[in-house]
Amino acid sequence: AYCLLTSHIEVTATSRHYVDRLFDPDPQKVLQGVIDMKNAVIGNNKQKANLIVLGAVPRLLYLLQQGSSSSELRAECAVVLGSLAMGTENNIKSLVDCHIIPALLQGRCMLTVCVTPCQDPTVIPHLMSLLSRSQRTQEYITQIFSHCCKTPEHQTVLFNHGAIQNIAPLLISPSYKVRMQALKCFSVLAYENTQVSMTLVNVLVDEELLSQVFVRMMQRDQPIDMQLTAAKCLTYMCRAGAIRTDDSCIVLKTLPCLVRMCSKERLLEERVEGAETLAYLMEPDVELQRIASVTDHLVAMLADYFKYPSSVSAITDIKRLDHDLKHAHELRQAAFKLYASLGSNDEDIRKKITETENMMDRIVSGLSESSVKVRLAAVRCLHSLSRSVQQLRTSFHDHAVWKPLMKLLQNAPDEVLVMASSTLCNLLLEFSPSKEPILESGVIELLCSLTQSDSPALRVNGIWALMNMAFQADQKVKGEIVRALGTEQLFRLLSDPDSNVLMKTLGLLRNLLSTRPHIDQVMSSHGKQIMQAVTLILEGEHSIEVKEQTLCILANIADGNTAKELIMTNDDILQKIKYYMAHSNVKLQLAATFCISNLIWNEEDGSQERQDKLRELGFVDILHKLTQASDPNLCDRAKTAMQQYLA
Amino acid sequence: MAELGAGSLLLGDPAFNYQEAELNERLKRLYPAVNEDETPLPRSWSPKDKYSYIGLSQNNLRVHYKGHGKNHKDAASVRATHPIPAACGIYYFEVKIVSKGLDFLSSLLPLSPIPGWDKHSYGYHGDDGHSFCSSGTGQPYGPTFTTGDVIGCCVNLINNTCFYTKNGISLGVAFTDLPPNLYPTVGLQTPGEIVDANFGQQPFVFDIEDYMSEWRAKIHGMIARFPIGERLGEWQAVLQNMVSTYLVHHGYCATATAFARATETLIQEDQTSIKNRQRIQKLVLAGRVGEAIEATQQLYPGLLEHNPNLLFMLKCRQFVEMVNGTDSEVRCFSVRSPKSQDSYPGSPSLSPRHGATNPNLHSAGADSPTCSNGVTPPNKNKSHNKYPGVSSASSSSSSSPSSVNYSESNSTDSTKSQPHSGTSNQEETRCVQTILTTVSALLCEVSKKCQTLVAVCVLVEDSCASRQLCGGNQAATERMIQFGRELQGLNEQLCREYGKNVTHKKMLQDAFSLLAYSDPWNCPVGQQLDPMQRENICSALNSAILESQNLPKQPPLMLALGQATECVQLMARVRSGSCSFARVDNFLH
Repeated sequence: AYCLLTSHIEVTATSRHYVDRLFDPDPQKVLQGVIDMKNAVIGNNKQKANLIVLGAVPRLLYLLQQGSSSSELRAECAVVLGSLAMGTENNIKSLVDCHIIPALLQGRCMLTVCVTPCQDPTVIPHLMSLLSRSQRTQEYITQIFSHCCKTPEHQTVLFNHGAIQNIAPLLISPSYKVRMQALKCFSVLAYENTQVSMTLVNVLVDEELLSQVFVRMMQRDQPIDMQLTAAKCLTYMCRAGAIRTDDSCIVLKTLPCLVRMCSKERLLEERVEGAETLAYLMEPDVELQRIASVTDHLVAMLADYFKYPSSVSAITDIKRLDHDLKHAHELRQAAFKLYASLGSNDEDIRKKITETENMMDRIVSGLSESSVKVRLAAVRCLHSLSRSVQQLRTSFHDHAVWKPLMKLLQNAPDEVLVMASSTLCNLLLEFSPSKEPILESGVIELLCSLTQSDSPALRVNGIWALMNMAFQADQKVKGEIVRALGTEQLFRLLSDPDSNVLMKTLGLLRNLLSTRPHIDQVMSSHGKQIMQAVTLILEGEHSIEVKEQTLCILANIADGNTAKELIMTNDDILQKIKYYMAHSNVKLQLAATFCISNLIWNEEDGSQERQDKLRELGFVDILHKLTQASDPNLCDRAKTAMQQYLA
Repeated sequence: MAELGAGSLLLGDPAFNYQEAELNERLKRLYPAVNEDETPLPRSWSPKDKYSYIGLSQNNLRVHYKGHGKNHKDAASVRATHPIPAACGIYYFEVKIVSKGLDFLSSLLPLSPIPGWDKHSYGYHGDDGHSFCSSGTGQPYGPTFTTGDVIGCCVNLINNTCFYTKNGISLGVAFTDLPPNLYPTVGLQTPGEIVDANFGQQPFVFDIEDYMSEWRAKIHGMIARFPIGERLGEWQAVLQNMVSTYLVHHGYCATATAFARATETLIQEDQTSIKNRQRIQKLVLAGRVGEAIEATQQLYPGLLEHNPNLLFMLKCRQFVEMVNGTDSEVRCFSVRSPKSQDSYPGSPSLSPRHGATNPNLHSAGADSPTCSNGVTPPNKNKSHNKYPGVSSASSSSSSSPSSVNYSESNSTDSTKSQPHSGTSNQEETRCVQTILTTVSALLCEVSKKCQTLVAVCVLVEDSCASRQLCGGNQAATERMIQFGRELQGLNEQLCREYGKNVTHKKMLQDAFSLLAYSDPWNCPVGQQLDPMQRENICSALNSAILESQNLPKQPPLMLALGQATECVQLMARVRSGSCSFARVDNFLH
């Protein structure tokens, strides 16, 4: 400890010398002192901290603000302050505490201070007021805003301080840098912000609508950076609902511009940004997806994103290889994202994507890449394609995509898990040839564990997959599901706060309770709990869909041989069925009637007794009434049921 | 092209004329480098180059199918009137599918020497979205298209590729390595199929100008970044030499000396020689041609004797300047303006003409003719273009019936064509020529007839107060008439020595015909009086002097400029499309 202390004092002592020289009466010596200080602090965080502690900052600020200081000295002071600001968070805090911001606004070092998001709201009005001062201040201040604006709250703060009105005129500044920074600022402000976007569409710059100004900036002879950023602005405005997706400035300008950004001629960074922005633009709109899919061979163009680092670059140029390697992941994930977006609705586009060279292989290898970003994007792409019945039947099976998918599910962050399990749901649909091998790979345990997740999305996907799996499954699989899930968990899911989870759990129950032998078997072992759960749901506050699904379960139970008795002996349930037969909602009436119809079916043992009991309970009268119902389905169902009595 | 347009169109239709004007304007804007005299642009389908199953209507822009359409053999096509000129750089046209017929199969072929699916034809099919290239089997290319869709075809003659568009969206490159001389073509196969072409008659759905702007920027970038490499030093010396010789050539003596000092280069020609040339040029530009001839004969004896053509040109100009009242031979009669007063304003002020925008020349034009006669126009009525003076001349001094005739024909002529408009040049000059033969006949015959002319001239003086012939001086006018006779004599002499010279005859006729108008400044041949016209003769004289001194008659800068311009034109002829975006004008500011 002693030793350390000594060294600390020593460092401070040399630092002291630097600070002392700032107070020299000879301005020439002061200047030399500042220059030496500049050289001493570069890249040395400790030295920076020392100088700050020793009070260099107020002195530097004083020199900077002093009119008598030579411009050379002032410039050097600003550089040192900028350098100090490049250090640790603490250093920056100290600088801000010294009221550095108002003093430094003409200098470039401001930028480094503010690259770390500045939280002090009083700074913003001051910055706004400085916008009119010079092209320099305009450039830097807009750059500061773009850097600092990280959250919706930041957007709102800037918006409320009149950022739009103040920055819009800068879009037609004679300086390219100013135009560019103002444009970037708008792209940051408009991102996922309806309030800003709605305001932007009505802004006029020199009697021209802002969207038209952006369109001009996207002209093909403009610098790429400007085209891309302008396209981003319009994309964000469109996604926020401020511009219609069929507006010509989106269809004929923004979309083609973004497709151009994906071309081989662009830099790798530009291609990544272009693809990501395009994916975002068309995500919710099938028409845009269709247009993009035929624009400039986009689908084929994206295949090139997977060719980095290319074998050529490895041999010819180490620098290039390094560059390619750095961007390879980004390129792949961007391409996957764009494919996912392209194929999210249209069957033809999905077909086109899967027919692209080595596409399925690329997805398969993408699923097991080290980069989480790539894995996530690959699984998103797979998910998008898995919505196609045809692809599930063909390419998905041919490439055994379930294998890497299963592997991915073993150990992945939640966002990847959500996508992967959702894809798995589709792969478990009954017509999917992958269903069998997946079942054999021990997926049930995994899905059951998903149902215990804290994330509602994962619980839904887990139970959804089980539901799909149970559809028309054999007894062995059903038994396995029930065993693995456990009745306790099953009933916990039936009281899940998330209505989606509840719906899918009921769906699972319904699928488990299909075909007579299965019904009786399940009911014999779990009848009591199931009846209890059904009662609870029918009594509770639930949506029509949930109640309908529950009544359908009852109808299935009523179809069993022995299971029927569980209903017949439960007067409470019978009363509930009666209630729903007279419900105002036809769907519920239909399901309840179906249930009764199963109970009184003639050809089964004890049908006479059941018919009599139900007649006593007044069901015949209700059925009679229902034969007059306006809904033809309901009317038919009631008539069929009535015939059981007549036979 | 022209006969086609005339054959099928009503000339008086204003709507059509408007469309035609719009088409011309759009084509000019899109393809400024195309010389339509050499390579006309496609403007409609060709009624000659089509299958019989094809019907054309609506100014040959609408195509419909009138065959059986039973199988592929019934397919028919039509091509445009002209192939796509390489100088377009980037060419584009669109077709709107008005009706797709029963079983649609349509194709666009940017090329087909004889319409059809044979070699060198390229197309995009509507029914399957396939592209096909010189064969019947297609490649998957784009989406299908149908009624209401607008399909565009863009041929890039810079990289010889082609892409199609559908409803304003580019579908990406369809073909590469295209051969030259492509024709816009459309093919149809089923009854009921109708398509409308747009070769620029209407705005395009696809933003082709935006696409062009990208290529323009690319090519300009390429030129700007053209590597000079190791020859950098050499390059600089060449540039300095170009500037220096240019300054010397035009006699910017002081500037040239300063430039030579700054760049430490040498000037080939000596100072006095430059100054002499400068002096002569100044005289010509000031309209004092007589003095210029004198000075030339004095400083460069034998020069004009060896260049009889040049001498004749100078003398003709001198005559014109006499009419103008600027030449010293007539000006000495004028009391108001002593010889020394008027000179060409500014110091060395001759510069080659980039268009007609030389400020010095404009100011010269403004003050040199009016200053010399010293009369300010009391009421300059510009719309005044009937010639009362002429008609009164014919009534008062009707000694010669030929002059009556002539004045009549003149007045009809003047009402038909406004002076300086230059619209119907040929017609104008033909009319003028008939008059002129009379005038020149008058001049070279006996002196009696001269009096008639003088009478005309005097009468002119009364009616036109603004600018007056020979400064309005009687003696000067007589001198001018005499000079005219001498000039005529010179012409005859030259004819005897060197044979007939059409140019000389024309020059003489033009000059003399000035006298035929009451207001020569405001007549069909009045342009001769414009001081700007002095430039050509001035540079011809300058070049002749330089040549006689064994110096280049043209400055290397102009040579390089001319060569560059010629190269770009040559590029168009050898079908290099980038010429359209590498125009020399773009680099002259």
